[in-house]
Order: sequence, then C-alpha cells, then structure tokens
Amino acid sequence: MTGRLAALARLGVVRRLGTGLAVLWAAATASYVALLIAPGDTVDILVGDGADTPEIRAAIIKEWGLDRPEIVQYLAYLWRLLHGDLGRSYQLQRGVGEVLATQIAPTVQLTLAAAATGVTLAVVIALATAGRGRAARGVASAAELVAVSVPPFLIGIVLLAVFSFTLGWFPVSGAQGPSALVLPALALGLPIAGVLGQVLRGGLERALEQPFAVTARARGLTERALVARHALRHALIPAVTLAGWFTGTLLGGAVITEALFGRPGLGRVAMEAVTGRDMPVVMAVVLLSALVYVTLSTLLDLAYRAIDPRIRG
Amino acid sequence: MTTTHDESPAPLVAVRDLRVAFKGTDVVRGVSLSVAPGECVAVVGESGSGKSVTARTLLGLAGPGAQVRASAFTIGGRDALAFGEREWRSLRGRFAGLVLQDALVSLDPLRTVGAEIGEVLATHDVVPRKWRRSRVLELLESAGVPEPEARAGQYPHELSGGLRQRVLIASALAAEPELIIADEPTTALDVTVQAQILRLLAARKAAGTALLLISHDLAVVGSIADRILVMREGRVVEQGPALDVLGAPAHPYTRALLAAVPSAASRGTRLTDGTPLTAGIPLTDGTPLTDGTPLTAGTPSTEGAGLPPHPAAPGQVVLAGSGLVRSFGSRRVVQDVSFTLRRGETLGIVGESGSGKTTVARLVMALLDPDHGEVALHGEPWSGLPERLRRPRRPTIQLISQNPLDSFDPRHTVARLIAEPLRLPRAERRARVLELLARVGLPPETAGRHPRELSGGQRQRVAIARAIGPAPTCWSATSPSPPWTSPCRRRCWTCWRSCGPSTAPRCCSSPTTLVSSTTSPTGCSS
Repeated sequence: MTGRLAALARLGVVRRLGTGLAVLWAAATASYVALLIAPGDTVDILVGDGADTPEIRAAIIKEWGLDRPEIVQYLAYLWRLLHGDLGRSYQLQRGVGEVLATQIAPTVQLTLAAAATGVTLAVVIALATAGRGRAARGVASAAELVAVSVPPFLIGIVLLAVFSFTLGWFPVSGAQGPSALVLPALALGLPIAGVLGQVLRGGLERALEQPFAVTARARGLTERALVARHALRHALIPAVTLAGWFTGTLLGGAVITEALFGRPGLGRVAMEAVTGRDMPVVMAVVLLSALVYVTLSTLLDLAYRAIDPRIRG
Repeated sequence: MTTTHDESPAPLVAVRDLRVAFKGTDVVRGVSLSVAPGECVAVVGESGSGKSVTARTLLGLAGPGAQVRASAFTIGGRDALAFGEREWRSLRGRFAGLVLQDALVSLDPLRTVGAEIGEVLATHDVVPRKWRRSRVLELLESAGVPEPEARAGQYPHELSGGLRQRVLIASALAAEPELIIADEPTTALDVTVQAQILRLLAARKAAGTALLLISHDLAVVGSIADRILVMREGRVVEQGPALDVLGAPAHPYTRALLAAVPSAASRGTRLTDGTPLTAGIPLTDGTPLTDGTPLTAGTPSTEGAGLPPHPAAPGQVVLAGSGLVRSFGSRRVVQDVSFTLRRGETLGIVGESGSGKTTVARLVMALLDPDHGEVALHGEPWSGLPERLRRPRRPTIQLISQNPLDSFDPRHTVARLIAEPLRLPRAERRARVLELLARVGLPPETAGRHPRELSGGQRQRVAIARAIGPAPTCWSATSPSPPWTSPCRRRCWTCWRSCGPSTAPRCCSSPTTLVSSTTSPTGCSS
C-alpha cells in the first residue's frame, strides 16, 4: 500500500501540483492584465469622491507605486502574492486578505450545503429510479430536466415566494442560523441534482447491463447489493468528472444566490468590487476561485484513481 | 437434493419444452434438458442458436423483457416455474454457479478478485467472516492460481486471461454448488490456456460437481461431456451420449459442426474455398438457412504442412513492412517485423495474446505510426505520412476487427454501417448495400437492424461487407474468427475468400489479405 502511495506521488501528484501552480500563475497574470486594460484611471478610482488636487494625486501615485514601469509593478505584485499579500482594496482601504477572510465563511457554508444537497438528491433519485419502471424514470427525468433548465435565480425566486412569503417557513434574507441556509442551498443545489442525477442513473443502468452484473446476480446478490457494491462505483466515474464542472458553477451561482437572498459572502464582495472597479478585490476573488478549482480538480483526480484501479500507474 | 425415489437420481435441474422470447420473437423454441448430479451435459451450437439464453434461464437470469415458458421446470427438486426473485437468489451461487465467457468483463473491473470471490461467501454465509479471507485463498489455490496471497489483492486487468478465468471459476465454486453452468468458458482464451481451463473443469467434475457446458466448439466439449445436445435456431436438433454424437452424428448440422472442428490433423491445412458449410441443411421446419447461399465454388485443398503458394500467381507487392518497431511507454511491443504481401496472397500473423499481432495490424492500417521502419502500400510510402495524404488511399486498405460489435457505432443501422465507407450518391447506396449483404450471405432485411440485434457471426459478416464495400486491394483482419462458432467461422472465411475476385475488378484482379492476430493457426494458412 505504501508502495502504491509512493508511486502515486511520483506519477500523479507531483505533476498535478506543477500544473496547479501554473494555473494559479496564469490566473494571477490574467487578472493583472485585466486590471491594466480596464477602462478608467486607477488614480481616479482611488481618489473617488474625495478631494482631487494635484498634490493628492501625486501622493496616491507615490503611495501605490503607480509611477513604476508596468513590468516592475507586475513582478512586485507576483512577489507580494508569493508572500500571501493580496494587496489593499481601493474602496474599503483595508487589506484584501482581511476583507475576504471576513466574508468567506458564509460562502463556504452556502456552497458546501448546496453541493451536499445536490449530490444527496442526485444519488437518492438515481438509486430509486435506475432500472425501474417507465413511470418512475419519466417523473424523475422530467424533474431533473426542469431543475437543469431553469436558472438558479428563478428557482430562488419561486422558493422564496412559496416557502418564505406564503408559508413563512424560512427567513426571507440574511444568514442567521441554519434555517436561513435551506432555500439558498436548494436554489444552488437543485441544478446540480438535475445533471448529476441523470448522469448517475445512466451510469447505473449501463453498469447493470454489463456481464459482471450478470455474474454478480448469478452469485445470488440482491439487486440492491448489486447496485451498492458494483454498479454505483462504475456510475461514479462520469459523476466525478461532472463534480469538477459544477464546483465552478457553484462559485458563479453564489454571486446571484447571495444577492437574491441578501446573504453576506464572497459573491457579494465580488459583485461590489466589480461595480466599484475595486480591482485588487476582483483579482483576489479570481485567484481564490482558481485556487479552489485547482485544489478540487487535484482531489478529483485522486478520487478517480481511488475509484478506478485501471488508471492507476 | 431430496432422497431419490426412482431408479435414477433426481436431476439437479430439469426443464421440459422451454421457450424464451424477447419482444415476441422466440429465441429458445422448446428445449428439454436435464442434468443429473455429477454429470457433464454440453449444449453445442453456433452463435445465435439460443444456447446461452437457455443456460441463463436455468438460473432465472434470462434478462429483462424475457418471456419464459416451460411445461415443467424443476431445479434442486423444486418447481422453478413458481419461483419469485427471492427463491432464485437463494439458489444462485449456492446451488448453481455461473461461469461466463470473458473474465475481463465478467469480473467487476473495479474490485479486487479476492473481493469478488469473497462476495459469494458473504452472500450465502458460507464461512464465518473471520475465515473468509483464508477461504478465498484456498479457493484461488484450488483453482490453480499461483501465489493466491498476492493475486487476491489484484484487479482483473492485472491478471492474464487464463488466470482471470480461473478466478471466475473459483468464484463460481466458492459456495460449493452442486452444479456449474459454464457459458463458453474457454472461448476467449488461447489454445494452450483452453486446455488448462478444461482440465480444471474436468477435475471439478471428477470431484462430483455437475457441469452444464455451453460451447460452440465440439472439440472443447468432446473431452469432458457425458451427454451432448446440439442446438440450432432455438431447438435441440440432436442429443445423446457424447461418444454417439461425436462418433456417429445423425443430424447433418452436427456433421457440419464436426467437420468444422479444427482437429489436430487439420491444423495447418488450408481451408476449403467456397464450400457452403451448413448451406442447404434444412431446419426442422423445412426452411433453408437464410445465409446458405452458395458462394463461389473453389477447389478444396487439404495439403498438410509445407503449404504451396496460393494458386493465383503472385503479383506485384501490395503491402510491405520493413523493420517495424513500436513501443508503448517502455514496453517494446513490435520489434523488427518485416513482411511483404503480394497481390492475391494471404498472410497470417500468428501468436499468443500479447505478442504484438494487433499492433502490427494497426501499423499496417496506419492507425499507429511505427517508431522505426516503414510500411509501404502499392510501393508508395504509407506510414509516417500526414493523414491528409493518406485519406484518399484509405479505401484501398480495409480493416476487419476482432470484435465487430465494438467497431460499429451501436446507433447506426447495418445499412448505414456498410454505406459509410462507400462514397456513393444516395440513390445508388441502397442497392450497393443490399448487393454487399447478399454477397456475405445476409438477408436484405438485415439492413434495417442494429448491430446489437445480430448474432456474433452475423455481425462479423456485416464487418466483412463493410470492408469489401470500397473494393479494397488489401484487407487487414485481426482475429476475425476465434470468437465464433466453427461453421460460422468457415462460412465467413469462405465468403471472404470468394468475395475477393469479384469485388476487386475496379482496382486489381485479386485482392490481398493480411490476416493478423489469429490465436489459432487454423484460420489463416494460405
């Protein structure tokens, strides 16, 4: 086992880490370039509504080091990043790291809750309907289709209308307590459940037709044991691929969902930063989502190897 | 199971007038068979004869949508017609074990082989949990798997074909069933490994386990069966003690099957050209076999070793490989292979699995470029060119692959599959497809069907029809025969040979065939 882990480290993980770093560097550079070509003068943004005199402008240019050549600014930016310094927010006049740190918890809660909701629903529905009668499958795939095709904000509005305004079961906005998490998590998680459910059911049904499923049935296994011990693992392989994709939609979806449900969080920070041209914050959010992507896809790659022995080594 | 009341022991399984239908079409049409304790009964027939369905139905595994009827059906002394899923489950694995053809797909590829065997022990509570692992190792050892400790932790793809099949047999035997149902247990294996697996099954039989052996190959069955049933088109056409059926076959179909067996003597001899093997043998209801169209006549030749050159005078070199080398990673699969193939010749490349034959075929097809060496087609460079330059010449070299089902798009109809390489205007396509179907001995209605609905032999003929469609001057076929039944294999070979001269006039007088990857040397010997 240790030998296998060592081999894994040699073959997979090291290379993955390398590409991960490259992706992060690319994201940092891309967001830096975006900052450069963004319309408007940085000094204008920094001056904002405050007093605008040549002296103040000169002081700002000096303070932010804007008089240095662009390449030097870029390298200095990378150098600060390497030391974990994300820079200062133009608008809030606070460290970007500090801004993100205070806002990250509600977003993490929301995305984790949404992912858990989506995955659980998908697994339950797929297990309940794979290989079953036409009616059960028809209802499930219709529901999945709706969940996938309706945009999350619309799902959110419908959920709010029904469960908050009409029934009053859940708070309309805010992030106080677990009950405030239910509707946003559903709004964000339902589309995932839709796609994932279809992929899982398709995978299960394919696996149940394979010769090894016949062999397993011939051993006296119940259909349930066959699904649990054999088919589910096969169905997970495409589902894991999909998981990498939906983490991306979760971050994007969080922006809308947080705005809709009046929740604090990174999505809101990002939106305010974009509208206020607070580029250091925007860049930090881009970097953070790249980091999440890289980390998750590395983990998923390892999950792949754990699920499918054929691609190990 | 119960004490015997009659003169003979009660059969483990007995079925009378078994009928199985899928979507209203009968696949098994009134089969009666029984297996007594300790007996080996073989069911023989070509692909599509309904033998596999019969075997699976005996375990209640005919599949979804199957309608099973029988006038009597007892298993272990109980009435199986009244069985629900629960009763079936208690029998499966415990009373009867199933061994399927290809262990690579019949064992779960994502689980260790130890877990697969342990599953039977757990399902039927054969041994207490703490003994399970040691029992798994015992089972592996008794199935002839060396180093069971190490093997138990491996996955099916890490084992050789023979070892996998042993594992599959070990898992079928785990709960010590009284009956083993083996569906083509040796078909996917090399000849030498086949013999080992048969010895293993024979040893189990000697130890008292009854065996229902499903095979297309009378040679396999002959060494082990007590009784033989010959099936064709869902019916038993002949049955009796093995010696009688093999020694004095009564039905012409059995004789055809026997004639198709590559006996030790016939190995290395040329296949007869154009003899329609089972053509004209009437079915029980009197309708002739659809694919019995006589192909071109030819002179049967049965020379032994020291084969003379092909009758057609050797023409110019069509295909030449020189010093081919190809590695995958650090593994050198093809090492310095050279050959030339002249017009009208057939070249056989024979070797065990893993010897690199298929890679040679892929190099020849330029689906893979060699690391060193080159392939020339019609004297012009073929390997190492940009695909753009190769594409116009692709019709002149065609591939018939080992497993036609995998090489067909499952969503296409047969007509579309055959028409794909033709490059004909829509109006002419249909007629050409029907013409090609007729040439390989398939009825016109095959055109509208999907590959999954065809038997293995029919699929292979579709593959041949597709390959001869563009009138190539050269074919490459990878193991085109081992998985099918002998008459079918012969028929395909025959139609392949005979199709050549008449399809080829657009290009040259007689096409060349490169046969690669036959695991048994009977296939390709001219």
